[in-house]
Amino acid sequence: MAHIPLAEGLPGIRGLFAFRPETANPLCALAEVLLHTPGTLSMADRELIATYVSSRNDCYYCQNSHGALAAYHLGGNENLVLDVKRNFESADISEKLKALLAIAGKVQQSGKDVRAADVEHARGLGATDQEIHDTVLIAAAFCMYNRYVDGLATWAPSDPAAYRQRAAHVAENGYRGIPSDVAAQAGRGRGAP
Amino acid sequence: MPHIQLPEGLPGILGPMAFGPETAKPLNELADVLLRGPGTLSPGERELIATFVSSRNDCFFCQTIHGAVAAYHLDGNEQLVLDVKQDTESAGISDKLKALLAIAGKVQRGGKNVLAEDIERARQQGATDLEIHDTVLIAAAFCMYNRYVDGLATWAPQDAERYRQQGARLAQQGYAESTAGLAAAR
Repeated sequence: MAHIPLAEGLPGIRGLFAFRPETANPLCALAEVLLHTPGTLSMADRELIATYVSSRNDCYYCQNSHGALAAYHLGGNENLVLDVKRNFESADISEKLKALLAIAGKVQQSGKDVRAADVEHARGLGATDQEIHDTVLIAAAFCMYNRYVDGLATWAPSDPAAYRQRAAHVAENGYRGIPSDVAAQAGRGRGAP
Repeated sequence: MPHIQLPEGLPGILGPMAFGPETAKPLNELADVLLRGPGTLSPGERELIATFVSSRNDCFFCQTIHGAVAAYHLDGNEQLVLDVKQDTESAGISDKLKALLAIAGKVQRGGKNVLAEDIERARQQGATDLEIHDTVLIAAAFCMYNRYVDGLATWAPQDAERYRQQGARLAQQGYAESTAGLAAAR
């Protein structure tokens, strides 16, 4: 049971978005810029970074929802997502993405763990300042989202189909519309018209 | 030296925020809602939670600037800010804030550390659901801001007076406003 009363039927962070729309808006705007706007890192790469950090933080809801988004962007390749979570060094991804995931893994532990050598390594494999900046902020942001979701003991579905279905919707429509979606759903849950 | 090329002369988070204005906007909006928006926790209490978590994360810039904002809201009581960082339980703050800081400290280590009994303790001291929600999200958000600031190895001034001045400005004008002003003045 969640630590505070949340609308029924809204799992994970969605229940929290419905509870506090004032914070839902900037939280979703941040996710939109980091994960869903055009950039030199593909949306799949960025969702993989989010999934990897959420997995390191042992956040079931976030690693499954963003893992499903990564798989969606990867043409349904759910195995690759699992490989990245288990051992990204042996996963079938670019050397650049491996270097960025190594930075993300250090940020997950603590910002101070990131060394000049880690950044140099990524740069040597072609990473730009913008990509390094975005990797650090994605990793940092998921240290927030994960703690928010687990710190309030939210509920998470166990059926993978639920995550696949939600991922397709977010992949196509982005994050910005989520606060109004959950507000409508929470309203229906309360028996509103 | 920062890990990426940041605009010079901007301390702490202001460098990365000037580097990435698209992400700075929601980051500042979130800080404004959490730390300055309408609420039953005072801005001083909310800044103390931010300072405490930043201190636990050993982020010099964040704990010093938010400590300065907290002290500004607490009529300049810098000693109280230090007391909260050193030992919340013996600090001269309300029992409700102590219970909320205990929750924030658990969030700092990992969301799953927060137990039903921690929430019960806060509720018994009068904490509302919204106050508990905001405490968890402030603590979680500072686990982000701290990592952003240190993960890029940003520069932080040492001069306490500079933090006092900037702290007063943030307390009076807010986060989005002050950051926009500094970026423009650059």
